[in-house]
Amino acid sequence: MRRILTLASGCALLAACAMQSTAPVQEHPKATARDLDEVTALLKRDFRERGQAKMSRIELDEVQRVCNLHADNPPAGVARPLEEAQLKAIPIPSGSLMGDWKQGERIAQSGRGSMWNDKPGVQEGGSCYNCHQLSPKVAAFGTIGPSLAGFGKTRGNTREMQQYAYGKIYNAKAYNLCSQMPRLGHAGTLNEQQIKDLVALLLDPASPVNQ
Amino acid sequence: MRAVICGALLALGLAPAFAQKSPYEEYQRMTAANAPVELYELAGEEMWKKRQGPKNVSLEQCDLGQGPGVVKGAYAGLPRYFRDADRVMDLEARLLHCMMTLQGRSRDEATKRVFGNEDQASEMEALSAYVAGQSHGMPMRPGKDHPRERAAYQLGQKLFFHRAGPWDFSCASCHGDEGKRIRMSDLPVLYKPQHVQPLMATWPAYRVSTSKIVTLQWRMNDCYRQMRMPEPMFGSDTTVALITFMTQTAEGVPYRGPAIKR
Repeated sequence: MRRILTLASGCALLAACAMQSTAPVQEHPKATARDLDEVTALLKRDFRERGQAKMSRIELDEVQRVCNLHADNPPAGVARPLEEAQLKAIPIPSGSLMGDWKQGERIAQSGRGSMWNDKPGVQEGGSCYNCHQLSPKVAAFGTIGPSLAGFGKTRGNTREMQQYAYGKIYNAKAYNLCSQMPRLGHAGTLNEQQIKDLVALLLDPASPVNQ
Repeated sequence: MRAVICGALLALGLAPAFAQKSPYEEYQRMTAANAPVELYELAGEEMWKKRQGPKNVSLEQCDLGQGPGVVKGAYAGLPRYFRDADRVMDLEARLLHCMMTLQGRSRDEATKRVFGNEDQASEMEALSAYVAGQSHGMPMRPGKDHPRERAAYQLGQKLFFHRAGPWDFSCASCHGDEGKRIRMSDLPVLYKPQHVQPLMATWPAYRVSTSKIVTLQWRMNDCYRQMRMPEPMFGSDTTVALITFMTQTAEGVPYRGPAIKR
């Protein structure tokens, strides 16, 4: 898996280099440590807390720092230890990780949660359909992430697969450091039960995702 | 009539950016025919001429970059550096500056209700529609020669790619790759001229889905809300830098707003 990822990022790098001569527009530039300090100081001056969105949200953690410094494409030697640390910090519950797929579908549909106008603990959603196809019956799905239609049908729902799905939703950066997917458990947007419900949406044979 | 022409131009302008015809193009073409933006422009003109604030004067002597009181073509030249304020300003930051300096109003009072609702547009939104409408048909030429204008562009670019907040988002998380969408909405790649030109040419705009007029300062504010960040202050260097970055990237496109959006 790691090899494939490294190979893929190598290819992406080659492709980026090949494109550079033809594309006049700046592609994703790398930030310097000084840029990050400058931007963070500016955000602290120009923003104010509102609702649950406190000013502490402006501070960068190590994952964000590294991804900003490497334009989302850090070398494996830098990414791997951070991914491992993120993976270790995922609190995988014991017992079955499969909740209720019906609740999961509702959470996947909702784009609310963690915004300054959301009430904490009341309006949490996963925004899953914003970026992924899930149930093939739902036409309004985004394409920023891969299609997850039939996810459990091809993978089964073994304990390992449940753990992988739970971990990926809890903290996608543990598997791909600069993934665009939010760390929904780590960020405190979704709780244990909500993530289990999403695992069921992905893996339960009765879930619309697997029809 | 103008709205019809505007709609036709909009459809033409979008065609090369999204080669595959989306149902929204047809939707946009149909809705553009009855866009109520001209009503906001008229309301804005009244507000421009209305005496108010502690000094009881209108905004008619406000210098939007082309000299005091010159509205024609002013929007097409923004954002730009203003010596009197010693900073780069977009239209809304400049209007706020004039409210505070000319009319003697406090920042708190003047920004109390910058974003209106479907029942009533804000003063800032109506003024924006009026001023922008006076640049209709003119190529957009934001300031880019002053060192501070170049610095604002650079800063906007850094902000655009800066990932932060509980969801690790940057502007590029949604607007960085070609051919993506959120739910059913196509996502423009906002650092590419061919994507950003048709957009910058149409703000501010009447938004059909929410039945209200929206401005670029509102757009920056609402993106940061969805990025799960705290709230950017109205007319701040952060929001102005992002607007400067996108407007300079769109340079040269004929302005055809205020327009209509989904």
